[in-house]
Amino acid sequence: MCGATEGGLSLDGIDVKKEAIVQGRVERAGDPVGNAYVRLLDRTGEFTAEVPTSASGHFRFFAGDGEWTLRTLAPKADPVDKKVIASVGSVAEVVVSI
Amino acid sequence: MTRENSLVTAQWVEEHLADPKVVLIEVDEDTTAYDKGHIRGAIKLDWTTDLQDQVRRDFVDKQQFEALLSERGVANDDTVVLYGGNNNWFAAYAYWYFKLYGHQDVKLLDGGRKKWELDSRELTDELPSRAGTSYTAQEQDRSIRAFRDETVEAIGVKNLVDVRSPDEYAGRLLAPAHLPQEQAQRAGHVPTSINVPWSKAANDDGTFKSDDELKALYGEAGLDDSKETIALCRIGERSSHTWFVLKELLGHQSVKNYDGSWTEYGSLVGVPVAVGDEPGEA
Repeated sequence: MCGATEGGLSLDGIDVKKEAIVQGRVERAGDPVGNAYVRLLDRTGEFTAEVPTSASGHFRFFAGDGEWTLRTLAPKADPVDKKVIASVGSVAEVVVSI
Repeated sequence: MTRENSLVTAQWVEEHLADPKVVLIEVDEDTTAYDKGHIRGAIKLDWTTDLQDQVRRDFVDKQQFEALLSERGVANDDTVVLYGGNNNWFAAYAYWYFKLYGHQDVKLLDGGRKKWELDSRELTDELPSRAGTSYTAQEQDRSIRAFRDETVEAIGVKNLVDVRSPDEYAGRLLAPAHLPQEQAQRAGHVPTSINVPWSKAANDDGTFKSDDELKALYGEAGLDDSKETIALCRIGERSSHTWFVLKELLGHQSVKNYDGSWTEYGSLVGVPVAVGDEPGEA
């Protein structure tokens, strides 16, 4: 339950048992996109959080149990929405292709 | 105040990059963002070290603020343009902070760092140098800052606008979802506060919605603009964004930001707390 998938973000120092983690990577044709913005929308579509991607294209949220939508914005790309299910004690890994 | 006096566009900023009387200042939640690239000529303020007292939970005092701006090369008659990540949360916080200490000409870059990046505009890692100044601040303008006792007394009396996400307001989350959720304070909201998430005032690219859209937003949410208003969130930065909208864009007369916000209120002993999606009773 607590290991990220290969190539995912390190979970060192995070108490995974207490968090509902949603994390992943933004890619364009397989290459990481380091200047994208990923927004976490709740089940009603309301904004909950937003992070810029790291140089390696990674992002992470600490959500709650339930269904969420990731909306990804990046230069010269249309927004991409992707649904994800989060639950406390697990890590949902998502790859977003723009 | 109006939109023309308090907001500038990315285009305006590009046209004023060489103007020595325009000081661009980046303020981010992620205090390393500036170091990875910033708008040419922009200086950095670190909200955790430059703007907070390092011992007590409070702001730097008037003398410390004067010393800070003097050292960074900001003059009293400069036009200060603030921008940052997170849809300008911390830039709006710094805007409110500059107003608190009486800086006259301060503006926000509409859309902040995100809009600038999504437009593929230039960022640089070159550090600017500005000559030191002798900055004079005013005493804090307490008409725009609320404290905890005033917030408790405002229950059922004034407008309380809680601008956190619906899940934080209801008590299902304790922090924005890009932060770990384990926190010391109780979950929920101040009874009778209405929930108008800050994000409803902004477009996806971080720019502010139009005045007509903003008026409709707060009108439909039940904000009575004949009453005084206190905005709050978790630590006072998102509520600065809404303070900016209500006070600077829509021109409401009496709007205060409660910078103690939920991390203070949710830790107080003996105060009322409401949980769930409804405002609750006084």
